[in-house]
Parts: sequence; structure tokens; C-alpha cells
Amino acid sequence: MGAVIEIEGVSKRFRLYKEKAHSLKERVIKLGRLPYEEFWALRDIDLEVAQGETVGLLGHNGSGKSTLLKCVTGILLPTSGRIAKAGRIAALLELGSGMHPELTGRENIYMNGALLGFSRAHIDTIFDDIVAFSEIETFIDNQVKHYSSGMYARLAFAVAVNVDPEILVIDEVLAVGDESFARKCIERIKQFQREGRTILLVTHQADMVRQICDRAAVLDRGNLVTVGAPGEAVLSFRDTLLKRGLDPVAEGVGPGAATTKQVRIVDAAIVYPDPARKHLFPSEPVTIRLQYEAPRPVVDVVFAINIHDQAGNLLLGTNTDILGIDVGTVRGSGEVTFALDRVPLLDGVYLVSLGVHSHDSGIEYDHRDQRDFLEVLNPSKTVGLVHFPLHVEITTSHGAEAAF
Amino acid sequence: MASISGSIDTPQRPLSEVSTRPNPLQRAALVWRYRELLVSLVRKELKIKYKNSALGFVWSLLNPALYLVVFYIVFQVFLKNGIPYFAIFLLAGLLPWNLYGVALGAATASITSNASLVTKVWFPREILPLAAIGAGLVHFALQTLVLFAALLLFRYPPAWSYLPLIPLALFTLVLLLAAFSVGLAAINVYARDTQHLLELALLAWFWMTPIVYPYRQVADRVGSLFLLNPLTPIVITFQRAIYNKTDVVSRPKGGGPPSVIHVLPPHADWLWYTRNLGIVIVISSLMLLGALAIFGRLEDNFAEEI
Repeated sequence: MGAVIEIEGVSKRFRLYKEKAHSLKERVIKLGRLPYEEFWALRDIDLEVAQGETVGLLGHNGSGKSTLLKCVTGILLPTSGRIAKAGRIAALLELGSGMHPELTGRENIYMNGALLGFSRAHIDTIFDDIVAFSEIETFIDNQVKHYSSGMYARLAFAVAVNVDPEILVIDEVLAVGDESFARKCIERIKQFQREGRTILLVTHQADMVRQICDRAAVLDRGNLVTVGAPGEAVLSFRDTLLKRGLDPVAEGVGPGAATTKQVRIVDAAIVYPDPARKHLFPSEPVTIRLQYEAPRPVVDVVFAINIHDQAGNLLLGTNTDILGIDVGTVRGSGEVTFALDRVPLLDGVYLVSLGVHSHDSGIEYDHRDQRDFLEVLNPSKTVGLVHFPLHVEITTSHGAEAAF
Repeated sequence: MASISGSIDTPQRPLSEVSTRPNPLQRAALVWRYRELLVSLVRKELKIKYKNSALGFVWSLLNPALYLVVFYIVFQVFLKNGIPYFAIFLLAGLLPWNLYGVALGAATASITSNASLVTKVWFPREILPLAAIGAGLVHFALQTLVLFAALLLFRYPPAWSYLPLIPLALFTLVLLLAAFSVGLAAINVYARDTQHLLELALLAWFWMTPIVYPYRQVADRVGSLFLLNPLTPIVITFQRAIYNKTDVVSRPKGGGPPSVIHVLPPHADWLWYTRNLGIVIVISSLMLLGALAIFGRLEDNFAEEI
């Protein structure tokens, strides 16, 4: 099968203006020359997607994956390089893109179809399918501004998959919506695959890549780091995340550095407070156990732990040295326990990385990068990242006090 | 669960370049291919504009109605310009002007005001200014109903032989509008005060066009120079067909001697109006090609600059 998307040597430069001079006056005064910084969002990207293939794009925020999708769909023009496509693309670049809040669901379906280049007559023939898929029959004549974000996502996805595109481009939109709908979307994506359609998918969910992609590409700071099998790409993605998190700390536990295996991490486990459930509630304790093995005595040992969120932000980076713990000589097998008294996080899956190295970080014995997950489930409706200890007090003018 | 109708067993489609921008003619072809989107966007503009208003489309009639009342009072009552059936004369010129001014204003802001679409969905961007013109045309059609009503009310006969020129004049107007709209919409992304500058320019342009005063009152002094304003041939064609008088006799209310007011060129025939419109059509077409070229150059960075 031939390529349906060809990306050859594509670079994209953005100009970041120090001051946005949008007025004519400023343009005239500065004679069109405004101070700006150049920023390369993409550098020399080569990627081919064959017909019927599903390719995942992995990358942290700002890695250029969305810019690449925008170039593929024609929204942005690459600074250099060439992109070609065969067939019609239906793109879902953002939740509710192309939806107008004042229009009803019905009107938005036609609007969206038209934006994708389909005629009203064609949308008429698939209208019922779209509505059935989106599961919002009852609200189809309500203004979209009254929809929940999940309903938005469902409607947008339903249009994109039902207009019968040759190429489907999806940017993280599957992350929204409830679980059953996400499953349904994945089912539909798999049906697309069986029909020999091509899919380009941006995500930072490693599981998604493993589950549905034939190949995956990893972007890091605008460079294409890896293109390969999903498993390989996911590992490479974690490497880039880890590198990023550890850079400022200058830990040197970066992947790629050869490990001596003088101390080996044999196993690790996340011990949840309630063994019956595989997750934490906010501010519950958790224990991370690391089992090591040192065939011969090793004198200079530091155990390190890093916790990242899925976007690649380092939430915790510490080691026994920083904590003032002298590990002493390590010999034979043993166990290190990192006990976190409280995990002040709200919803999310967090990636745990463990490492063993010498004091000056010169010698790296072993590391286990982002193979363990810490899942926090937030039962309340508070949103955000951190579970702040929060108390509210309300004092009324009558002097009566209520505390919550 | 819904099922997908077609499947892809058909031979692969040829590759097409995404990373090169089409030339003006290809652009025009793309716009044609996306004509359904144009209709959808016009529909959207109209729906959103009147969605939460009680009077709905009546609003679009109030604007010319107010103009009519104000100009009637100023020019007939206070300045006593003496033009009979002044309301009809005024409407004949005001309706095309309104289409021009309102649509051009909306079109110029059309790309910046649809930023969320431009940064997230690909489609030929020229559609946005064109949709503003489309919405303008719908309003124009509604306002024409007011004119019809006025003609019926006064039992005023238009010039039947000149009526076929109205579609041509309207076509000319839309072509001119398209040229300016496409160009200014693109420029406005980079220099946002284009739209404010335009407001001032339109104000001056209005008074430079024979709408509230007859063509000959100025043309008799400056000659055909007046035709350099591309709106002049359009507006006077409307006036010729609807107002249907080249000279009128004004009889002052106080009973003074009647005087003749020259409104339109007396010897100008069908051919004269057509020729003038033809010139504007040729110029507008060239300008439109130029505007599409400018648009094409500037469009590359729309999604970044917005």
C-alpha cells in the first residue's frame, strides 16, 4: 500500500513577538520590524503513513505534535519541507472545534459537515447515524452551549467518524467524555482500521498507543525522536519525559546512560492502603517498595525516586542522599520502602521512576523508569491537580459562626 | 449502533500537496467546491444575529428606515431640496450602499472574529469574507421589500426598460465588494485597526457617492471624474431603473416659481449605464484576482497571527 500522508523534511518556525503589535500605528512606527524571537516548533520531520495504518504521535506538551497535525491538515503552512496527502481528512483537533455554542446540535452537525467539505445532502443521509452514535437524541435541538463537555466531544466525534473520511486525524479528544463513550470511540476506530482507513492520532496515553496503533512516533522539542513499534515508542516517550524531569535536578539518571548493574532493581511495587482497590483517594498514604540485589558489596549507594504526571511534569524528585539517609554498604538482596504519608493529589495516573546510583551520580547502577503507576481517584467534584487541605469558614453579621 | 456505509476498497487517491498554497484560480475553484460551507456560514451568521432578539429580521429593516426618516427630515423639510418622491430616490441609492457598507465592515472583521474556526479547522478562508457578503445580500433582499412597499404605496412606476440592468448592477456591486472584502479581511489579521480605518473611509465614501444628492449636482461641476468612484455607476443605475427620472420639476410649497432639478444625465441611454458597469466589472475582477493573491500570501500565517 502506498503512503497516504507524506511528510518530508518539515520544519515550522514560529515568531514570538515580544509585544504583539496588532495595530497599524505600531506597524507604521516600527516600519514592520518588530522584535521577535524565533522558535522552531518542528525541525526536519520525516514521516510516512501508509494506507490503512494507524500511527500514534506521542510527545509532552510543547513537543510539536499539535503543530504537526495542524500542518498535515493545512491549517498551518510549514516553513520548509513538503506534506502531501491522499484523500479527504476529517480532523478533530480540539474539543468542539467548529461548533458554535449558539446553534443547536442539529445545526452544528450540518455546520461541521460543511466545514469538513461535505454537502447538506450527504449529511442528510448520515444524520441519523451521527445522532445515534452521539447518544444525544433528546438534546439534538438544544443549543450546544447548554451541552456538557462530554456531549460536545461526543457530537464532534460522531460527525468526524460518520462523514466517511479516508483519513482521520484526532488530537487527544478521546480523553474527554465518559468511559463507556471512550470505549465506543475505540470500537469505532477499530472498525475504521478494519475498513482500511488511515488514522493519525495524538495522545499522551501510552495505553492507547499500545491498544490501537500500528506504529508510533515520538516528538521531543520539535524533533522526531523515534518512529517504531508502539512498545518501543512508549519506552522512548518515557525516556524523553524522564530526561526532561531530571534535567534541572542534574541527577544524571537519564536513560541511555549505561547502567553497571552492580546493584539491580529486581522488582518494585506500589502498595495501596486498601489492597482491595488499586487506587488511592486524595491524601491517602501510599508505599512504594523497591527490591534490589547486589551480587557483590557496593559501598556508595543512593536510592532515588521520581514521580511524574502524564504531561511529564516532575511532581517529586528526591533520593536518600537529599533526605540525609546513609544507605551504607549494600550487599545481597534487600528492600527499600518509600512511604509517602499523604499523596495530596486529585485525579490522575502518576508515573513512578526508581533509580540506584552513586553519590556524585557518576555511576548509575540501575533504573526502572515509569514502569509503575500510582492512580489517584477523586470521589469529590473538586477539580485540579493538588488536594489542598482546605477549610472554609463563613462569618455572618449576626455573629453566628458556621464552620465547614 | 450506526454503521459506516462505504468502505475503502477503491484504488488509492492521488497524493495532493498540503504544504503549497494554491494560486488565485485554484483558490477560486476551492471556494466553489466549498460553496455548501458558504451557505452554511451565511445561515449561521443570520441565525446567530437574530437568535435571541424578539424582533428578529425586523432589525435589519429598522436601519434603512431610520436613515430614510432622518434624511427625509433634513433634506426635504429643513434644506428643502425639492426632489419629489425623495423617499424613493433615497431608497434606490441607499439599499445598494447599505449592502456595500455593512457587508464590507463585517467581511473585514470576518477572519479575526472567527479565530476559533481559523485556528482549528481547515477550509478555504476566503469563504469567511464571502459569507459576510452573503449575509449582507439576505438583508439586502429584505430591505428591497421595503422599497417594493414604497413603490406600491406611492403607485410609483419604475423604468421597466432599465430594470434588467439591476441584476447586472447588483453583480457588479458584489464583485467589487468581494475584491475589497477578501483583501481587507486578510490585512485586518495583521493590522487590526484596518476595520476602524474602514469605518472612517466608508463615512467619507458615502458622501462622495450620489445617494442623498442627485448625480448631476456634482457631475455637472466635476464631469466624468465622478465616475471614478466605482460605486457611482452602480448607484445611478439603481436610481435610473427605480427612480426613473433624469430631470424633475420642483414646486416649492410656498408657491414660488417651479424650478428644474437635474438628477441623472439626460442623454444617457441603456448602453451608457452598461458601459460604466462593464468598466467597473473589469476593474473589480482584476482587483479580486489581486486580492486573492494578497490573501494567499497573508493566509499562511493566519492561524499564528490571530
